[in-house]
Amino acid sequence: MRAHLLMLADSRLPAGGHAHSGGLEPAVTAGAVATIADLADFLHGRLHTAGLVAGALAAAACVHAGTSIDWALPDAEADARTPSPAQRAASRAQGKSLLRAARATWPSAVFDGLRVQVPAGAPRGPHHPLVLGAAAHVIGCTALDAAAVAAYGAVTGPASAAVRLLGLDPLGVQRALAELAPDVDSVAEEAAAHAEKDWAELPAASAPLLDQWAEEHLRADLRLFES
Amino acid sequence: MGGYHGPDQHHAAPKHGRPMRLGIGGPVGSGKTALTAALCRVLKDELNLAVVTNDIYTTEDADFLRRNAVLDDERIMAVRTGCCPHTAIRDDISANLDAVEELEERHAELELVIVESGGDNLTATFSQGLVDAQIFVLDVSGGDKVPRKGGPGVTTSDLLVINKTDLAPLVGADLDVMDRDSAAVREGRPVIFSSIREDPAVPKITDWVRTSVHNFHHH
Repeated sequence: MRAHLLMLADSRLPAGGHAHSGGLEPAVTAGAVATIADLADFLHGRLHTAGLVAGALAAAACVHAGTSIDWALPDAEADARTPSPAQRAASRAQGKSLLRAARATWPSAVFDGLRVQVPAGAPRGPHHPLVLGAAAHVIGCTALDAAAVAAYGAVTGPASAAVRLLGLDPLGVQRALAELAPDVDSVAEEAAAHAEKDWAELPAASAPLLDQWAEEHLRADLRLFES
Repeated sequence: MGGYHGPDQHHAAPKHGRPMRLGIGGPVGSGKTALTAALCRVLKDELNLAVVTNDIYTTEDADFLRRNAVLDDERIMAVRTGCCPHTAIRDDISANLDAVEELEERHAELELVIVESGGDNLTATFSQGLVDAQIFVLDVSGGDKVPRKGGPGVTTSDLLVINKTDLAPLVGADLDVMDRDSAAVREGRPVIFSSIREDPAVPKITDWVRTSVHNFHHH
Protein backbone atom coordinates (compact mmCIF):
# COMPACT_ATOMS: atom_id res chain seq x y z
CA MET A 1 0.00 0.00 0.00
CA ARG A 2 2.76 2.43 0.87
CA ALA A 3 4.47 1.95 -2.48
CA HIS A 4 1.14 2.46 -4.27
CA LEU A 5 0.69 5.73 -2.37
CA LEU A 6 4.18 6.86 -3.36
CA MET A 7 3.33 6.08 -6.99
CA LEU A 8 0.15 8.16 -6.75
CA ALA A 9 2.08 11.12 -5.33
CA ASP A 10 5.00 10.78 -7.76
CA SER A 11 5.15 13.42 -10.49
CA ARG A 12 6.44 10.64 -12.77
CA LEU A 13 2.96 9.11 -12.81
CA PRO A 14 2.02 10.12 -16.37
CA ALA A 15 -1.13 12.05 -15.53
CA GLY A 16 -0.59 15.31 -17.39
CA GLY A 17 0.53 17.45 -14.44
CA HIS A 18 3.80 18.58 -16.01
CA ALA A 19 2.01 20.96 -18.38
CA HIS A 20 0.18 22.82 -15.58
CA SER A 21 1.85 25.45 -13.43
CA GLY A 22 -0.87 25.79 -10.80
CA GLY A 23 -1.21 29.49 -11.52
CA LEU A 24 2.54 30.10 -11.31
CA GLU A 25 3.06 31.13 -14.94
CA PRO A 26 0.53 33.99 -14.87
CA ALA A 27 1.89 35.05 -11.46
CA VAL A 28 5.37 35.26 -13.03
CA THR A 29 3.96 37.19 -15.98
CA ALA A 30 2.30 39.61 -13.57
CA GLY A 31 5.67 40.16 -11.88
CA ALA A 32 4.52 38.70 -8.56
CA VAL A 33 7.02 35.82 -8.43
CA ALA A 34 10.66 36.28 -9.39
CA THR A 35 12.71 34.81 -6.52
CA ILE A 36 12.68 31.78 -4.24
CA ALA A 37 11.32 33.97 -1.44
CA ASP A 38 8.45 35.09 -3.69
CA LEU A 39 7.82 31.48 -4.62
CA ALA A 40 7.67 30.43 -0.95
CA ASP A 41 5.01 33.08 -0.33
CA PHE A 42 3.08 32.01 -3.43
CA LEU A 43 3.19 28.35 -2.37
CA HIS A 44 2.06 29.22 1.14
CA GLY A 45 -0.98 31.02 -0.23
CA ARG A 46 -1.76 28.30 -2.70
CA LEU A 47 -1.48 25.60 -0.04
CA HIS A 48 -4.01 27.32 2.23
CA THR A 49 -6.50 27.97 -0.59
CA ALA A 50 -6.37 25.56 -3.53
CA GLY A 51 -4.46 22.98 -1.46
CA LEU A 52 -6.98 22.95 1.37
CA VAL A 53 -9.97 22.75 -0.96
CA ALA A 54 -8.42 20.02 -3.12
CA GLY A 55 -7.35 18.12 0.00
CA ALA A 56 -10.86 18.15 1.46
CA LEU A 57 -12.46 17.09 -1.83
CA ALA A 58 -9.91 14.29 -2.25
CA ALA A 59 -10.39 13.09 1.33
CA ALA A 60 -14.18 13.04 1.00
CA ALA A 61 -13.93 11.31 -2.39
CA CYS A 62 -11.72 8.65 -0.80
CA VAL A 63 -14.38 8.03 1.87
CA HIS A 64 -17.25 7.86 -0.65
CA ALA A 65 -15.52 5.95 -3.47
CA GLY A 66 -16.70 2.38 -3.66
CA THR A 67 -20.18 3.31 -2.35
CA SER A 68 -23.12 3.98 -4.65
CA ILE A 69 -22.25 7.66 -4.78
CA ASP A 70 -23.61 10.01 -7.45
CA TRP A 71 -20.44 11.85 -8.45
CA ALA A 72 -22.46 14.72 -9.98
CA LEU A 73 -22.91 16.27 -6.53
CA PRO A 74 -19.23 16.51 -5.49
CA ASP A 75 -18.36 17.49 -9.05
CA ALA A 76 -20.76 20.44 -8.79
CA GLU A 77 -19.34 21.30 -5.36
CA ALA A 78 -15.84 21.37 -6.89
CA ASP A 79 -17.13 23.65 -9.66
CA ALA A 80 -18.65 25.96 -7.04
CA ARG A 81 -15.28 26.17 -5.23
CA THR A 82 -13.40 27.03 -8.44
CA PRO A 83 -14.68 30.44 -9.58
CA SER A 84 -12.31 30.77 -12.57
CA PRO A 85 -13.51 28.86 -15.66
CA ALA A 86 -9.87 28.47 -16.71
CA GLN A 87 -9.04 26.78 -13.39
CA ARG A 88 -12.11 24.56 -13.69
CA ALA A 89 -10.98 23.47 -17.14
CA ALA A 90 -7.47 22.81 -15.82
CA SER A 91 -8.87 20.68 -12.99
CA ARG A 92 -11.10 18.68 -15.35
CA ALA A 93 -8.31 18.18 -17.88
CA GLN A 94 -6.02 16.85 -15.15
CA GLY A 95 -8.86 14.77 -13.72
CA LYS A 96 -9.38 13.17 -17.09
CA SER A 97 -5.68 12.41 -17.47
CA LEU A 98 -5.37 11.05 -13.93
CA LEU A 99 -8.43 8.86 -14.47
CA ARG A 100 -6.83 7.39 -17.59
CA ALA A 101 -3.54 6.79 -15.77
CA ALA A 102 -5.14 5.42 -12.59
CA ARG A 103 -7.47 2.95 -14.30
CA ALA A 104 -4.59 1.68 -16.47
CA THR A 105 -2.32 1.39 -13.42
CA TRP A 106 -4.83 0.04 -10.86
CA PRO A 107 -7.79 -1.49 -12.76
CA SER A 108 -10.94 -1.21 -10.63
CA ALA A 109 -14.71 -0.97 -11.09
CA VAL A 110 -14.60 2.09 -8.80
CA PHE A 111 -13.26 4.13 -11.72
CA ASP A 112 -16.08 2.96 -14.03
CA GLY A 113 -18.63 4.85 -11.92
CA LEU A 114 -16.58 8.03 -11.94
CA ARG A 115 -18.30 9.59 -14.93
CA VAL A 116 -19.82 13.06 -14.82
CA GLN A 117 -21.72 15.29 -17.19
CA VAL A 118 -19.63 18.36 -17.87
CA PRO A 119 -20.71 21.76 -19.18
CA ALA A 120 -20.44 22.26 -22.95
CA GLY A 121 -16.89 22.97 -24.03
CA ALA A 122 -15.27 21.77 -20.77
CA PRO A 123 -12.71 18.94 -20.78
CA ARG A 124 -14.66 15.72 -20.31
CA GLY A 125 -13.27 14.61 -16.99
CA PRO A 126 -14.26 14.81 -13.32
CA HIS A 127 -12.46 17.33 -11.16
CA HIS A 128 -8.91 16.23 -10.35
CA PRO A 129 -9.27 15.92 -6.53
CA LEU A 130 -12.23 13.55 -6.93
CA VAL A 131 -10.21 11.20 -9.13
CA LEU A 132 -7.30 11.48 -6.71
CA GLY A 133 -9.52 10.50 -3.78
CA ALA A 134 -11.06 7.59 -5.69
CA ALA A 135 -7.59 6.35 -6.66
CA ALA A 136 -6.45 6.58 -3.03
CA HIS A 137 -9.45 4.44 -2.06
CA VAL A 138 -8.68 1.87 -4.77
CA ILE A 139 -5.09 1.42 -3.58
CA GLY A 140 -6.23 1.01 0.02
CA CYS A 141 -5.17 4.37 1.40
CA THR A 142 -6.89 6.62 3.94
CA ALA A 143 -8.69 9.93 3.54
CA LEU A 144 -5.67 11.59 5.19
CA ASP A 145 -3.37 10.00 2.61
CA ALA A 146 -5.60 11.35 -0.18
CA ALA A 147 -5.60 14.83 1.37
CA ALA A 148 -1.82 14.69 1.81
CA VAL A 149 -1.24 13.84 -1.86
CA ALA A 150 -3.58 16.67 -2.92
CA ALA A 151 -1.96 19.25 -0.64
CA TYR A 152 1.53 18.10 -1.63
CA GLY A 153 0.68 18.30 -5.34
CA ALA A 154 -0.78 21.79 -4.87
CA VAL A 155 2.69 23.08 -4.00
CA THR A 156 5.08 20.77 -5.88
CA GLY A 157 3.45 21.47 -9.26
CA PRO A 158 4.01 25.25 -9.14
CA ALA A 159 7.45 24.74 -7.56
CA SER A 160 8.55 22.60 -10.50
CA ALA A 161 7.09 25.13 -12.94
CA ALA A 162 9.08 27.89 -11.23
CA VAL A 163 12.32 25.95 -11.75
CA ARG A 164 11.52 25.63 -15.45
CA LEU A 165 10.17 29.16 -16.05
CA LEU A 166 12.49 31.25 -13.90
CA GLY A 167 15.60 29.09 -13.80
CA LEU A 168 15.49 29.15 -9.99
CA ASP A 169 18.10 27.00 -8.24
CA PRO A 170 16.34 23.61 -7.93
CA LEU A 171 18.04 22.88 -4.61
CA GLY A 172 16.89 26.21 -3.21
CA VAL A 173 13.35 25.39 -4.31
CA GLN A 174 13.54 21.99 -2.58
CA ARG A 175 14.67 23.78 0.57
CA ALA A 176 11.65 26.08 0.35
CA LEU A 177 9.39 23.04 -0.07
CA ALA A 178 10.99 21.35 2.94
CA GLU A 179 10.36 24.44 5.05
CA LEU A 180 6.74 24.33 3.95
CA ALA A 181 6.38 20.58 4.64
CA PRO A 182 5.01 20.85 8.22
CA ASP A 183 2.41 23.26 6.89
CA VAL A 184 1.50 20.78 4.13
CA ASP A 185 0.99 18.11 6.81
CA SER A 186 -1.26 20.33 8.91
CA VAL A 187 -3.33 21.43 5.90
CA ALA A 188 -3.76 17.77 4.95
CA GLU A 189 -4.96 16.97 8.48
CA GLU A 190 -7.35 19.94 8.45
CA ALA A 191 -8.67 18.84 5.05
CA ALA A 192 -9.09 15.21 6.11
CA ALA A 193 -11.06 16.30 9.18
CA HIS A 194 -13.86 17.35 6.78
CA ALA A 195 -13.91 14.01 4.95
CA GLU A 196 -17.10 12.65 6.56
CA LYS A 197 -19.11 15.88 6.27
CA ASP A 198 -21.72 16.76 3.66
CA TRP A 199 -20.11 17.91 0.44
CA ALA A 200 -21.63 21.38 0.81
CA GLU A 201 -19.83 21.84 4.13
CA LEU A 202 -16.32 21.33 2.74
CA PRO A 203 -13.97 24.34 2.89
CA ALA A 204 -14.24 26.92 0.12
CA ALA A 205 -11.08 29.03 0.42
CA SER A 206 -10.14 30.96 -2.69
CA ALA A 207 -7.68 33.56 -3.99
CA PRO A 208 -9.45 36.09 -6.24
CA LEU A 209 -6.24 37.53 -7.69
CA LEU A 210 -5.08 34.05 -8.79
CA ASP A 211 -8.52 33.47 -10.33
CA GLN A 212 -8.21 36.69 -12.31
CA TRP A 213 -4.68 35.85 -13.45
CA ALA A 214 -5.83 32.38 -14.52
CA GLU A 215 -8.37 34.03 -16.83
CA GLU A 216 -5.82 36.49 -18.21
CA HIS A 217 -3.41 33.60 -18.79
CA LEU A 218 -5.79 32.09 -21.36
CA ARG A 219 -5.55 35.26 -23.43
CA ALA A 220 -1.75 35.63 -23.21
CA ASP A 221 -0.03 35.64 -26.58
CA LEU A 222 2.84 33.57 -25.19
CA ARG A 223 2.25 30.84 -22.62
CA LEU A 224 4.14 27.63 -22.05
CA PHE A 225 1.78 25.98 -19.54
CA GLU A 226 -1.85 25.02 -19.94
CA SER A 227 -2.71 26.69 -16.65
CA MET B 1 3.98 2.77 -53.84
CA GLY B 2 2.82 -0.62 -55.12
CA GLY B 3 0.28 -1.09 -52.35
CA TYR B 4 -1.66 2.09 -53.04
CA HIS B 5 -4.71 1.72 -55.24
CA GLY B 6 -6.26 5.18 -55.23
CA PRO B 7 -9.13 6.79 -53.44
CA ASP B 8 -11.29 3.65 -53.06
CA GLN B 9 -9.35 3.02 -49.84
CA HIS B 10 -11.58 5.63 -48.17
CA HIS B 11 -14.47 3.22 -48.08
CA ALA B 12 -12.70 0.07 -46.94
CA ALA B 13 -13.25 -0.99 -43.34
CA PRO B 14 -10.34 0.39 -41.34
CA LYS B 15 -8.26 -2.34 -39.76
CA HIS B 16 -7.64 -0.61 -36.45
CA GLY B 17 -10.99 1.17 -36.08
CA ARG B 18 -9.17 4.49 -35.69
CA PRO B 19 -6.99 6.81 -37.75
CA MET B 20 -3.27 6.32 -38.10
CA ARG B 21 -1.32 8.56 -35.74
CA LEU B 22 1.84 10.07 -37.23
CA GLY B 23 4.39 11.91 -35.10
CA ILE B 24 6.60 14.66 -36.56
CA GLY B 25 9.56 15.53 -34.34
CA GLY B 26 12.95 17.20 -34.57
CA PRO B 27 15.03 20.16 -33.41
CA VAL B 28 13.80 23.75 -33.30
CA GLY B 29 13.66 25.41 -36.70
CA SER B 30 14.23 22.27 -38.78
CA GLY B 31 10.90 22.65 -40.57
CA LYS B 32 8.36 20.58 -38.62
CA THR B 33 5.56 23.11 -38.91
CA ALA B 34 6.37 23.76 -42.57
CA LEU B 35 6.29 20.00 -43.24
CA THR B 36 3.04 19.58 -41.31
CA ALA B 37 1.47 22.40 -43.32
CA ALA B 38 2.80 20.93 -46.59
CA LEU B 39 1.39 17.47 -45.81
CA CYS B 40 -2.00 18.94 -44.94
CA ARG B 41 -2.06 21.11 -48.05
CA VAL B 42 -1.23 18.22 -50.38
CA LEU B 43 -3.15 15.41 -48.66
CA LYS B 44 -6.27 17.08 -47.31
CA ASP B 45 -8.34 16.37 -50.41
CA GLU B 46 -7.47 12.67 -50.48
CA LEU B 47 -7.14 11.84 -46.77
CA ASN B 48 -9.44 12.80 -43.92
CA LEU B 49 -6.92 14.36 -41.53
CA ALA B 50 -6.40 16.47 -38.43
CA VAL B 51 -3.43 17.94 -36.56
CA VAL B 52 -2.32 18.25 -32.93
CA THR B 53 0.34 20.92 -32.45
CA ASN B 54 2.65 21.08 -29.43
CA ASP B 55 4.09 24.37 -28.22
CA ILE B 56 2.79 26.58 -30.97
CA TYR B 57 3.57 29.45 -28.61
CA THR B 58 2.18 32.43 -30.36
CA THR B 59 -0.97 33.19 -32.28
CA GLU B 60 1.35 34.09 -35.17
CA ASP B 61 2.62 30.49 -35.40
CA ALA B 62 -0.90 29.09 -35.13
CA ASP B 63 -2.08 31.43 -37.87
CA PHE B 64 0.81 30.27 -40.07
CA LEU B 65 -0.41 26.70 -39.78
CA ARG B 66 -4.06 27.59 -40.34
CA ARG B 67 -3.22 29.66 -43.37
CA ASN B 68 -0.74 27.22 -44.92
CA ALA B 69 -2.37 23.93 -43.98
CA VAL B 70 -5.74 25.21 -45.12
CA LEU B 71 -7.42 23.11 -42.44
CA ASP B 72 -10.57 24.13 -40.60
CA ASP B 73 -9.97 25.32 -37.05
CA GLU B 74 -11.82 22.36 -35.59
CA ARG B 75 -9.26 20.04 -37.19
CA ILE B 76 -6.34 21.65 -35.35
CA MET B 77 -5.81 21.26 -31.58
CA ALA B 78 -2.97 22.88 -29.62
CA VAL B 79 -1.23 21.29 -26.63
CA ARG B 80 1.14 23.09 -24.27
CA THR B 81 3.94 21.15 -22.67
CA GLY B 82 5.11 23.24 -19.70
CA CYS B 83 8.59 23.79 -21.17
CA CYS B 84 9.07 20.03 -21.66
CA PRO B 85 8.31 19.13 -25.30
CA HIS B 86 9.85 15.67 -25.03
CA THR B 87 7.83 14.85 -21.90
CA ALA B 88 4.57 15.46 -23.74
CA ILE B 89 5.41 13.03 -26.55
CA ARG B 90 7.27 10.38 -24.56
CA ASP B 91 7.09 10.26 -20.75
CA ASP B 92 3.60 11.65 -20.17
CA ILE B 93 1.53 11.57 -23.33
CA SER B 94 -1.83 12.24 -21.67
CA ALA B 95 -2.44 15.75 -23.03
CA ASN B 96 -1.62 14.64 -26.55
CA LEU B 97 -3.75 11.49 -26.23
CA ASP B 98 -6.66 13.59 -24.98
CA ALA B 99 -6.30 15.91 -27.99
CA VAL B 100 -6.04 13.02 -30.47
CA GLU B 101 -9.11 11.33 -28.99
CA GLU B 102 -11.05 14.60 -29.01
CA LEU B 103 -10.31 15.00 -32.73
CA GLU B 104 -11.30 11.38 -33.36
CA GLU B 105 -14.61 11.96 -31.59
CA ARG B 106 -15.30 15.17 -33.55
CA HIS B 107 -14.46 13.62 -36.93
CA ALA B 108 -15.61 10.01 -37.11
CA GLU B 109 -14.10 9.37 -40.56
CA LEU B 110 -10.55 10.52 -39.77
CA GLU B 111 -7.81 8.51 -41.48
CA LEU B 112 -4.72 10.36 -40.27
CA VAL B 113 -3.88 12.43 -37.20
CA ILE B 114 -0.54 14.24 -37.28
CA VAL B 115 1.02 15.05 -33.90
CA GLU B 116 3.65 17.75 -34.36
CA SER B 117 6.11 17.87 -31.45
CA GLY B 118 7.56 21.06 -30.06
CA GLY B 119 11.15 21.64 -31.14
CA ASP B 120 13.55 19.65 -29.00
CA ASN B 121 16.96 17.99 -29.16
CA LEU B 122 18.27 14.83 -30.80
CA THR B 123 17.18 12.58 -27.93
CA ALA B 124 13.46 13.31 -28.30
CA THR B 125 11.33 10.45 -29.58
CA PHE B 126 7.62 9.64 -29.64
CA SER B 127 6.10 7.00 -27.37
CA GLN B 128 4.61 3.93 -29.04
CA GLY B 129 1.58 4.68 -26.87
CA LEU B 130 0.99 7.92 -28.79
CA VAL B 131 1.90 7.33 -32.46
CA ASP B 132 1.98 4.46 -34.95
CA ALA B 133 4.85 5.96 -36.97
CA GLN B 134 7.15 8.95 -36.69
CA ILE B 135 9.06 11.29 -38.98
CA PHE B 136 12.17 12.99 -37.60
CA VAL B 137 13.08 16.29 -39.30
CA LEU B 138 16.65 17.59 -39.35
CA ASP B 139 18.03 20.43 -41.42
CA VAL B 140 21.43 20.86 -43.02
CA SER B 141 22.15 24.20 -41.38
CA GLY B 142 22.97 22.47 -38.08
CA GLY B 143 26.00 21.02 -39.87
CA ASP B 144 26.56 17.72 -41.66
CA LYS B 145 27.78 16.01 -38.46
CA VAL B 146 24.28 15.86 -36.96
CA PRO B 147 23.27 12.43 -38.36
CA ARG B 148 26.57 10.99 -37.04
CA LYS B 149 25.64 12.15 -33.54
CA GLY B 150 22.69 9.77 -33.72
CA GLY B 151 20.00 9.62 -31.05
CA PRO B 152 16.69 7.78 -31.28
CA GLY B 153 15.13 10.22 -33.76
CA VAL B 154 17.95 9.81 -36.24
CA THR B 155 18.38 6.06 -35.79
CA THR B 156 14.88 4.66 -35.20
CA SER B 157 12.36 7.07 -36.77
CA ASP B 158 10.32 5.48 -39.54
CA LEU B 159 11.34 8.29 -41.89
CA LEU B 160 14.26 10.69 -41.52
CA VAL B 161 13.79 13.97 -43.41
CA ILE B 162 16.84 16.17 -43.96
CA ASN B 163 15.43 19.56 -44.89
CA LYS B 164 16.75 22.88 -46.22
CA THR B 165 19.07 21.25 -48.77
CA ASP B 166 19.08 24.60 -50.59
CA LEU B 167 21.19 25.95 -47.72
CA ALA B 168 23.84 23.22 -47.95
CA PRO B 169 26.34 25.18 -50.10
CA LEU B 170 25.92 28.23 -47.86
CA VAL B 171 26.75 26.39 -44.62
CA GLY B 172 29.34 24.01 -46.06
CA ALA B 173 27.24 20.91 -45.39
CA ASP B 174 28.05 17.82 -47.45
CA LEU B 175 24.80 16.03 -48.27
CA ASP B 176 26.65 12.83 -49.25
CA VAL B 177 28.20 12.69 -45.79
CA MET B 178 24.77 13.17 -44.18
CA ASP B 179 23.30 10.46 -46.41
CA ARG B 180 26.10 8.00 -45.67
CA ASP B 181 26.10 8.65 -41.91
CA SER B 182 22.30 8.33 -41.72
CA ALA B 183 22.28 5.09 -43.71
CA ALA B 184 24.99 3.65 -41.44
CA VAL B 185 22.79 3.88 -38.33
CA ARG B 186 19.30 3.40 -39.81
CA GLU B 187 19.41 -0.25 -40.88
CA GLY B 188 17.63 0.41 -44.15
CA ARG B 189 14.94 2.78 -42.88
CA PRO B 190 14.33 5.57 -45.41
CA VAL B 191 15.95 9.01 -45.56
CA ILE B 192 14.52 11.78 -47.75
CA PHE B 193 16.33 15.03 -48.57
CA SER B 194 14.02 17.99 -49.07
CA SER B 195 13.82 21.72 -49.50
CA ILE B 196 10.29 22.57 -48.47
CA ARG B 197 10.92 26.20 -49.39
CA GLU B 198 11.88 25.32 -52.97
CA ASP B 199 9.45 22.43 -53.44
CA PRO B 200 6.46 22.96 -51.13
CA ALA B 201 4.64 19.89 -52.49
CA VAL B 202 7.31 17.54 -51.00
CA PRO B 203 6.29 14.65 -53.33
CA LYS B 204 8.59 11.98 -51.89
CA ILE B 205 7.45 12.65 -48.34
CA THR B 206 3.76 12.76 -49.22
CA ASP B 207 4.19 9.47 -51.12
CA TRP B 208 5.75 7.92 -48.03
CA VAL B 209 2.88 9.18 -45.84
CA ARG B 210 0.25 7.93 -48.35
CA THR B 211 1.80 4.47 -48.37
CA SER B 212 2.12 4.38 -44.58
CA VAL B 213 -1.50 5.37 -44.05
CA HIS B 214 -2.65 2.82 -46.64
CA ASN B 215 -0.59 0.05 -45.06
CA PHE B 216 -1.81 0.98 -41.60
CA HIS B 217 -5.45 0.61 -42.61
CA HIS B 218 -5.11 -2.43 -44.86
CA HIS B 219 -2.20 -4.63 -43.86
